[in-house]
Amino acid sequence: MNVIRGFMTVFKHLFEDKVTVQFPEQQRPVRERYKGRHALKRYDNGLEKCIGCALCAAACPADAIWVEAAENTDEERYSPGERYAKTYEINMLRCIFCGYCEDACPTEAIVLEHEYRLSFSDRRDAIYTKEMLIDPPPPGVPGTPQQTEPGRYTRSIPEQKDPL
Amino acid sequence: MFGPGESATIIECSANATCTTVHAIFTSVLLFFLLLTGFAYMTLLERRLIAWFQARVGPNRAGPQGLLQPVADGIKLIFKEDITPRGAEKAIFWLAPLIKMVPTIIVVAVVPLGPPIAIPWFDGNWYRVTQGLTDLNIGVLWILGITSIGIYGIVLAGWASNNKYAILGGLRSSAQMISYELSLGLAVVVPVLLTGSMSVGDIIEAQNDPPILGWYVFQNPLAAAILFIALLAEVNRAPFDLPEAEQELTAGYHSEYSGMKFALFYLAEYIGMITVSMVASAFYLGGYHFVFVDRLPLLGPLVYAAKVILLLMGMVWVRATLPRIRYDRLMHFGWKIMLPLAMAAVAWSAIAVFLAEQFGDALTAVFSIAALVLFLGGAQWFLTRAGRGVIDAAPAEVSTVETVSLSSQARSGR
Repeated sequence: MNVIRGFMTVFKHLFEDKVTVQFPEQQRPVRERYKGRHALKRYDNGLEKCIGCALCAAACPADAIWVEAAENTDEERYSPGERYAKTYEINMLRCIFCGYCEDACPTEAIVLEHEYRLSFSDRRDAIYTKEMLIDPPPPGVPGTPQQTEPGRYTRSIPEQKDPL
Repeated sequence: MFGPGESATIIECSANATCTTVHAIFTSVLLFFLLLTGFAYMTLLERRLIAWFQARVGPNRAGPQGLLQPVADGIKLIFKEDITPRGAEKAIFWLAPLIKMVPTIIVVAVVPLGPPIAIPWFDGNWYRVTQGLTDLNIGVLWILGITSIGIYGIVLAGWASNNKYAILGGLRSSAQMISYELSLGLAVVVPVLLTGSMSVGDIIEAQNDPPILGWYVFQNPLAAAILFIALLAEVNRAPFDLPEAEQELTAGYHSEYSGMKFALFYLAEYIGMITVSMVASAFYLGGYHFVFVDRLPLLGPLVYAAKVILLLMGMVWVRATLPRIRYDRLMHFGWKIMLPLAMAAVAWSAIAVFLAEQFGDALTAVFSIAALVLFLGGAQWFLTRAGRGVIDAAPAEVSTVETVSLSSQARSGR
């Protein structure tokens, strides 16, 4: 009887594996190009890649990024070149995680990484500042600001590999 | 084991005024709390069972294994805003959930949960009490009458809401319930016929004759099946839950209710499920009787609870499996299929009882076996006939279709 077969089909599911992922204890790995929380990257010598050009703020469709630039001096150098980002804030409530900022950045400074657990309970906590977004310096390397020899870091954007 | 010795006096509780009062108050409070707790954990059982049937895990975060989930749901419903729509009939709007809920709870007053036991009291006597509120000698009539009152709650809720979908839902639900009450009444007549008494306690006792084979489900399985289906329709439960289907009627008769009044409707529906499972297992599955309950009467309620839980899990299984029945098919099924079959079941039992009186009790066994065979064979025939007919009929007559080329249409002067 088809009705009995129908009931037994449902009944068999009782003994099959559940597809639920029990979230805090088990988590599904994300894909390689998953767009999660932003991070401001550094070079291997500790200088920040971000030069404060605000192309990411211009590219952002949700107007979520706020950049204020300031001059680098050799005594107090944050990034190679003339400018660095004095203030860098992303409003996570406006951000739509599209990745346009990552595409627009000329120095590959802002990238979207894999962190997705971004809850907060107050709207003011949604504004992520530069301190929250900047990567820590690589181990053994001094962080910024650094004191460098004059004339060494004059290019803002490093030599690119020839795409051809 | 634990009982009065030979020297103790056993007094019938119904003979003593204080005993009846104390017993009545105590048992009604106990039953009330048992039903409410049962309702709360029934919601959790349903959500988890349906989840397991769908290869997922139900709520398991609120408390270990989700056991505090009903508490969380209750707190949420208490905090929800209780809205009364403008233009709603205030008095009836407020009373309708009560009118639905109260009959649902008091139906179980006449169902005994166990055989009568003797309990000691402070004045040195032992009193023989029924486990359960009372054993009315017309208990079956009470059950049928009280379930009919619950229908008023639904139709009044729909009407008092001042919402066209609500009133449609209320009308549909009440029409469905009264249609299936006919088959319900007939299916309930069968145990009365087989027992010869309308008292639910007597019906349960009469099923103990051969201990498990004496259950009425083996003597008239068709009536048992009709009772289960009619009770599903009585409590508006899947697959007969069109009146409260979210997709069709935006929650039907209780769409305008929120907060605690909605919680009362929700409560009435689930307590109704528990109640009708108790009634069905009393009438057909032998109630509190299992093999050893005669010797240990205190086990009666446990056995009864086990049967009720099995029936409830069956109801959840049905909900997880079957799609909702369309309303016109539901009425067709209730009037044109269930009612004639119910009448046939009653006729079968009536003939069985009459012939058994004439020719002896062994004939009852023969009739039971014949009933089982006919039922299974008939179900097999009925359930496999419907699918085959539709599939075979279609390809034979296909009318020839004249194909007209597009170019001819273009030339004919459009």
